[in-house]
Amino acid sequence: MSWEVVIGLEVHAQVNTNTKAFCGCSTTFGATPNTQTCPVCLGMPGQLPVLNREVARKVALTGMAIEGNINALSKFDRKNYFYPDLPKGYQITQLFLPIVQKGLVHIQDKHGNEKSVRIHQIHIEEDAGKSMHENSEFVSHIDLNRSGIPLMEIVSEPDMYSADEAVAYLKSLHQLLKFLNTSNADMEKGQFRCDANVSVRRKGEPLGTRAEIKNINSFRFVKQAIEYETQRQIELIEDGGTVVQETRLWDSVKNESRSMRGKEEAHDYRYFPEPDLPPLKLSDEELAEIRASMPELPHQMHTRFVSDYGLSHYDAEVLSTSRDLAAYYEALVQAHPKDPKQAANWLANELLARLKEINTEIADSPVSASDLASLLARISDNTISGKIAKDVLDDMLKSGDAVDAIIERKGLKQITDSSAIDDMIQGVMDANPAQLEQYRGGKDRLFGFFVGQVMKVTKGKANPKMVNQRLKEMLKG
Amino acid sequence: MDIDVHKIARLARIRLTDDEATTLGPQLVSIIGYVESLQAVDTENVPTTAHPHDIFMPLRDDTVTNSDNREALQASAPALDSGLYTVPKVIE
Repeated sequence: MSWEVVIGLEVHAQVNTNTKAFCGCSTTFGATPNTQTCPVCLGMPGQLPVLNREVARKVALTGMAIEGNINALSKFDRKNYFYPDLPKGYQITQLFLPIVQKGLVHIQDKHGNEKSVRIHQIHIEEDAGKSMHENSEFVSHIDLNRSGIPLMEIVSEPDMYSADEAVAYLKSLHQLLKFLNTSNADMEKGQFRCDANVSVRRKGEPLGTRAEIKNINSFRFVKQAIEYETQRQIELIEDGGTVVQETRLWDSVKNESRSMRGKEEAHDYRYFPEPDLPPLKLSDEELAEIRASMPELPHQMHTRFVSDYGLSHYDAEVLSTSRDLAAYYEALVQAHPKDPKQAANWLANELLARLKEINTEIADSPVSASDLASLLARISDNTISGKIAKDVLDDMLKSGDAVDAIIERKGLKQITDSSAIDDMIQGVMDANPAQLEQYRGGKDRLFGFFVGQVMKVTKGKANPKMVNQRLKEMLKG
Repeated sequence: MDIDVHKIARLARIRLTDDEATTLGPQLVSIIGYVESLQAVDTENVPTTAHPHDIFMPLRDDTVTNSDNREALQASAPALDSGLYTVPKVIE
């Protein structure tokens, strides 16, 4: 009987607010250590937390987007543990009555079929500070700028059955949060972090014992960590052992996980209701207002791109990856409405590939949507061929010049004068009498040779359609 | 009802002598016994009391109101290094 892996994921996403969850300290990333703290987030005695309204609103909006139940009344609890980067000795979180319960995240499984991953809950909590252990042999250094930063923890049900499905879920969730603008979800800045609960079972049997893998902070590591853990558990059981419920830490350098055994006691969190915070109540009006602020979601945009612009599902998928990219595409189509499919190709295949090479996001593209539209216009009006246009695009990215200026400067204007084209074709025919004879003797394959020769003579500037047409006629003799 | 007083003390970072543990153990047991008698009450249809006062959480606007006050805030810290707090080395 074959093995099956069962995966549930916990994602900690930073809610993108100006200030921390419970105090008016800035959340700006990369500030000088400990300059964004105050008595509240330092856990000084007698200080009282006050929740940031934006945190409640953004987490509720996220819950609505996944079709979850929003609890108009939710409560906060304390999770108690001792660690130097947690100055209060407890984390404020929501255990007993979180703001969002249930919900669905839609993904495609490995066969391309739609499937939904059930969400157990989303709750609000605060982040801890940052510990650094590598600067000294004797002490750890603590920066508390991150202490009190708002997080939403998104807990899935164990609904994923392969590492690829887990990655698909994370990507879908990541995209959703960015569309909603409820998290910047920048993984390199630790704004989207993942813990995985992994167990294996023989197909059809009840759930096995799970291990929790912590510290997996890229899509690639998630896949590696889950595959490693699956293999570890299968080998363990097949060798007659049993999986113990434990927390394991993923080491992305060594490509392995190691047990955090001995830390079990530290998981006795002794939760209790947070006495400093009365229940959070969102009024009907506020909930309606939040719901009304819901932007167009990725799957809705995808469907609209297919129906409005006639795009393939693949192109629609690519272009609805991010809000910035979709906005660029719509600006492009508005400026050059003639051929939305062509616009999609040029954006998705040509521009994006070039931006990737220079490590630039679409929002920072040196070629704006209207720049690219004017390039497409020059293809449409036959000033240049598609092939030449690719060179022009390269030049635009390098020089920052306008399309027409580049065409002028490089003398790229397409030759559409039919008598000039005829002259060049005649020249090629005269220069290659042997091939001409063979062609006329029935060797049709040589047509391509003649096209190539003409294009070479014209440096690719002759209108390809006209060359084809005239060549066919003139080669006949 | 059996409880491990030493474990609870360890979790709370409180050092207990054996004498103290001997005294506190039965006291904790009796407190838990009291809670157990409360838990025996059927509260199925009683709405939850989320907070002793009948109030809801006031919310704050998302505007930065605190500026850098590191020097004053760190004045009471026992050990510092270049603006970072230092603690005895912790490794996971």
